[in-house]
Amino acid sequence: MTERLGIVVSGSLNKGVEVRLDSSASIEDMAVGRFVTIEGEKRRFFGMITDVSLGMTDQRLSLTPPDVSDPFIAEVLAGTSTFGMLHVSPNLVIGGDATAILEGPQPVKTIPSHFSAVKLSTQEDVELVFGTEDEKRFFIGNPLDMEVKLCLNLEELVKRSNGIFGKSGTGKTFLTRILLIGMLQKSQAVNLVFDMHNEYGWAGTREGGPPVKGLKQLFQSRVAVFTLDEENSRHRGVSTDGVVRIGYDEIEPDDIALLRQTLNLTDLAVEAVHQLFRKFGKNWIQDTLDLKGAEELPEGLNIHEGTLLNLQRGLATIRRLPFIEPHSPVNAVKAILEHLDRGINVVLEFGRYRDITAYVLVANMLSRRIYDQYQSRVEKADAAAKESLKPRPLVITIEEAHKFLNPEVAGQTIFGKIAREMRKYNVTLLVIDQRPSGIDSEVMSQMGTKITCLLDNDRDIDSVLAGVSGRNELKSVLAKLAAKQQALIFGHAVPMPVAFQPREYGSAQSYRDFAPQKDAEEAIEKLWD
Amino acid sequence: MAEVQRVGEVIEASTTGFTAQCYELYQMPPLGSLVKTGDSAAELYGIVYNATTASLEPGRRPIARGKDEDSEEAIYRSSPQLAKLLRSEFEVLVVGHKEGDRLYQHLPPQPARIHGFVYQCSPDELKDFGKSFDFLNIILNAHLPVPGEELVAASLRRMSQAHDDRRAFLVAAGKELAILLSGNLNQLNTILGRIKL
Repeated sequence: MTERLGIVVSGSLNKGVEVRLDSSASIEDMAVGRFVTIEGEKRRFFGMITDVSLGMTDQRLSLTPPDVSDPFIAEVLAGTSTFGMLHVSPNLVIGGDATAILEGPQPVKTIPSHFSAVKLSTQEDVELVFGTEDEKRFFIGNPLDMEVKLCLNLEELVKRSNGIFGKSGTGKTFLTRILLIGMLQKSQAVNLVFDMHNEYGWAGTREGGPPVKGLKQLFQSRVAVFTLDEENSRHRGVSTDGVVRIGYDEIEPDDIALLRQTLNLTDLAVEAVHQLFRKFGKNWIQDTLDLKGAEELPEGLNIHEGTLLNLQRGLATIRRLPFIEPHSPVNAVKAILEHLDRGINVVLEFGRYRDITAYVLVANMLSRRIYDQYQSRVEKADAAAKESLKPRPLVITIEEAHKFLNPEVAGQTIFGKIAREMRKYNVTLLVIDQRPSGIDSEVMSQMGTKITCLLDNDRDIDSVLAGVSGRNELKSVLAKLAAKQQALIFGHAVPMPVAFQPREYGSAQSYRDFAPQKDAEEAIEKLWD
Repeated sequence: MAEVQRVGEVIEASTTGFTAQCYELYQMPPLGSLVKTGDSAAELYGIVYNATTASLEPGRRPIARGKDEDSEEAIYRSSPQLAKLLRSEFEVLVVGHKEGDRLYQHLPPQPARIHGFVYQCSPDELKDFGKSFDFLNIILNAHLPVPGEELVAASLRRMSQAHDDRRAFLVAAGKELAILLSGNLNQLNTILGRIKL
């Protein structure tokens, strides 16, 4: 469909342009979020429909409506006295001359002239703006109501921290899986996924349908599954590559500070942790738990009885976690890092330990150690001025991100640090959350690309769109997304915001599309090695 | 009906219109029909907006004669001079002209000439003329003894008969009117009500 929709009749750069629909175009066929092209005199503009409205030349028509039961009168009035209006916010522009075409679409600095023709975008337009599938770009879905492949530059995407948001049940997990596969195929980055609900590694659930394949099933040779709960993984028939155990001696005061809310610790108790750590050293948890009361505290420690009890109660909760042992026999961090260095993506399954304490503790601990490693390696590489020494870019995927990144703890957790420092040390985040309003606004503002499914809470919508230009327009698009399988993407990795329908995931054909034959051949070759 | 039917002769002319007299009593073209006059170098197109039949001499009004007659025809039969003492005239609003092959829907540079023959337009000419609706504006803005909306409706109805798809023609005309009359909803509704099929 390349038919003309209408003409530009008014507008401004700030507020977007008003388009009057031709009588041949029905307002009922329009939809917010659609991608349109405006043919200006010298330039072509690309934009998105952000609002639709009804207009009339004479206000009296609304007071004394004509007799539209007569099809003749209805047909005459449609598009003349009464007409549809579109509100389009232009985002990109491309000049008509050769150099401009080479440069590609640029952000708009002006708007199309009066009465420029507006058309639905064609496949060529979408490809011009978003590119075609190639070694860097990955097909993530179709723009709304279009049969065109929307491609995302994943090389660009992983350079920043990104977020995926949406109410529960809107398809965040499916979207994340698609993105993870994209990163695995099209970028140099490796992924470390903290898989709270065991959705990504081996198999995932689908509402009202059979389970869907996870990453490991599709990319056997490039994904490793680690587990905290070996027994549970075995039950589910997952072939795991390693078990993660955590020793008391690996837990540091900052880890406890992060758990303050979940463990119900007082501020004083968190203070006390630091003192105890200084005094007891690595073994501080065991030593603290062994204390019978405040009177047994070593010299120089001034901790109130109540505070100590509060702390001991909290630490006991941690100790009860089955994967915590006095001394861990395996160095989980080392094992995971080895995989990551070989370019193998790691999914850490939590098995039955889905409570938030376990998730926050483990994700934070592992990430911090891995990040420290990355930091020192990058610093070494910088000192030696050798780009080749730098570790592979790492993307850490966390769910329930507001637990790590809420304003109270974002300053203390490693995730807050990663989000703020961006890619200085080659580590970025992929944040998945259903309550973006719970995330620190500073962290939100640092996110490069945001993909959001339907959100209906005003505060959530505001926090996702904070700092985005044209947010009022996007807000109306976001609020009107379908409850399932529609998302809006905007930010660093896409030239302009676009609403899209994620590509299919879960059918046999979709698996073949995601993981072409080549992978199987590699696996067979590996067998002979 | 002949391809080009002569319907009268111009007896009074101005830039905006002309009056023509019919050769036969009561043989005037219907309201709203498109007529033309002039030679091939400069043809004027007009729309019939008014017709009158009156005595040749303004001072002598006709009198009732049918008291002892059975039918109206009988009056004319018993007084054959009547056909010569009365005359039919029609008034035409000029809405366009043709110079060479080009048709313009605006006023001509010169008015019609007295004694110019007036012809009814053929269906092909009607079709050709109906390609543009600029003439509607002239009708709507003219100060005529008949209401503008009546004349617009009559002319469109007649013009539509020359088109194969009458409805499409009338819808297109209606849309043009909707734009012209965007500030006058009642007038628009009146016309639409008169031209719908």
